[in-house]
Amino acid sequence: MKDSQPVFAGIDVGASRTKVVILDREQQIIGRAVVKSGTDFEAASRQCLTLALDMAGRTAGQIAKAMTTGYGRKNVAISQESKTEISCHARGCYYYFPRPISIIDIGGQDNKIIKLDESGKRLSFKMNRKCAAGTGAFLEEMSVRLDIPLEDLDGLARQSLNMVELGSFCTVFSATEVLEKIRQGKKVPDIVKGLFFSVIKRVMEMDSLSEHVVMTGGVVAHNAFLVLMMEEMIGRRILVPEYPQLTGALGAALYAMEKN
Amino acid sequence: MAEEKKVVRKKIEATVQMNRYMSDYFYELNEADKTRNRKIAWCTSVGPAEILRAMGFLVHFPENHGAMLGATRMSTDMIPIANASGYSPEICSYLTADVGAYMKGVTPLSRAYPGIDRVPRPDVLVYNTNQCRDVQDWFAWYAAEFKVPMLGIHTHRGVKDVGDAHVASIASQMKALIPQLEAISGNKFDMDKLRHVLALSKECSTLWKKVLDTASAKPSPITFFDGTIHMGPAVVLRGTQTAVDYYNLLLAELETRIQNKVAAVEGERFRLYWDGMPMWGRLRDHSDLFAGAGVSVLASTYCNSWIFSAFDPEDPFNSMARAYTELFIVRADDAKEAYIRRMIEFFKVDGIIYHDAKTCPNNSNCRYGMPQRLEALTGVPSLTINGDLNDLRLVSDEQTKTNVEAFIEQLEEK
Repeated sequence: MKDSQPVFAGIDVGASRTKVVILDREQQIIGRAVVKSGTDFEAASRQCLTLALDMAGRTAGQIAKAMTTGYGRKNVAISQESKTEISCHARGCYYYFPRPISIIDIGGQDNKIIKLDESGKRLSFKMNRKCAAGTGAFLEEMSVRLDIPLEDLDGLARQSLNMVELGSFCTVFSATEVLEKIRQGKKVPDIVKGLFFSVIKRVMEMDSLSEHVVMTGGVVAHNAFLVLMMEEMIGRRILVPEYPQLTGALGAALYAMEKN
Repeated sequence: MAEEKKVVRKKIEATVQMNRYMSDYFYELNEADKTRNRKIAWCTSVGPAEILRAMGFLVHFPENHGAMLGATRMSTDMIPIANASGYSPEICSYLTADVGAYMKGVTPLSRAYPGIDRVPRPDVLVYNTNQCRDVQDWFAWYAAEFKVPMLGIHTHRGVKDVGDAHVASIASQMKALIPQLEAISGNKFDMDKLRHVLALSKECSTLWKKVLDTASAKPSPITFFDGTIHMGPAVVLRGTQTAVDYYNLLLAELETRIQNKVAAVEGERFRLYWDGMPMWGRLRDHSDLFAGAGVSVLASTYCNSWIFSAFDPEDPFNSMARAYTELFIVRADDAKEAYIRRMIEFFKVDGIIYHDAKTCPNNSNCRYGMPQRLEALTGVPSLTINGDLNDLRLVSDEQTKTNVEAFIEQLEEK
């Protein structure tokens, strides 16, 4: 009776989105969900967990162990145990790509570069400073300024024929610069591609990259063109896991299984 | 809910005595300020206080006052006042907090010591740029405000090996202060008095080093966070018997802790070195953050900065010049790296925390590739956290916490 077997839950309470992954004993993802984190992390995590359990066809009572991660990891009552998103993203990515990797995670509020060796051991990590430059928040702010739905950015950037390069990483300064470009008559797709390039430049200055590069995070999940641009920038193929937004939650679920 | 562990701090008993000594020091200065019965000099924290004491001045240290503004979390409200009068938010936040507090007419001394309502007025300001250039601008502001003379020593920077030329230059600058200080103090310079003060300073320095070196014991009886509090007498009372008495007391207590295997951090799992300034307004939070995870941050470049091994009462000027130039902050990166490598070995540390303090470039040693070079040489991992000594607008607590926790998880997986 496979459906009666215990499962493991990873709950990634991010600044922008909450993600849940349900794993079975064979480490297969049998349930997953993403919801807005909003202001009530507890409610968001419960809603997200219910959705993921429904998808898996399991109940909360079947969770053998759960682990939280992310910005709100200590604000939810579902689990007594938590790990940082750095460790969980690393574990989740290594699950897909068991080799020495550099992980670029672009989240709603922060960027990370995490380096692992061939055994999955973390060698180093870097997070962005107290600044939203190059994060999902940067693109969100720009979509508001340009009055373009966030989900349209990827398609627009792909249409660009003559990218407009922006000089500043700063969200506030970039907004001013974008307005200036509009006044100059630049095309919106060219400006949006410029915004994507700004994200890439900001990430690239954070740390050096090893041979195998993995990209994850909500921004990557919803803007696949960003990966193509990054590939062009570094001159090699980038690895992207099946669910790039869920690697943190997956890593948390793997830790939960290990701790059980 | 994944609650943080409640941290129970082990109190250092000597603290009570330190508080008495510090209280006496501030009230003596306050008395002199009110009665003008003694001359008051303001001095940078790393010299040349010995010369001033030997000439009969009571000495106030603006950097100590800056740290008090930070520790009491008054600084972030004071800094914008100085910013508005032309002192950039990018420059030393000791300077901006201190000047801002003066402009507003407040001081943390009033909270700690009833009856003291202002910093003591100086008769002279004496700086040494061995810390940074900002101290000169800082003192210049007060020199104009109080219309008193400002004197200074200009230290060489980026020194690889301290040579005779460096020493001769600084010693001659120190000697050049004497006639002016004689005129201001009304006292004739007395070499024997300087030798006496320097002997006491040397003894203080030797004892302070022994105190900090107790952290090489496993488990460590003291943390960096304790050190930032207990260095008070080494900064403001160096050159007095009081400082010597205090460190004898503190050292005895820490040695007893070592004998009894008493750890500053219960269940010490990892040992870390801190490079850079403390974040004064977050001392307790950071102490709890690390201790709660069983991590002892036990040694630092910062607390070691008040160790002056070269002091020699037989050769006061040259030895002071050498001691104040041998300081870590004055040195080139290769000398700094060699120093930290010695610290890694001596204190048996598992990792290094670099504090990149936005407004203090001279005390932020992670900006020219040092963490990467040292990690490649030693294999000891490091973490850089962004913040500031006094300006809490530049501190992101959540990011600091996540970074520190992730670093500890990395050490666990090693």
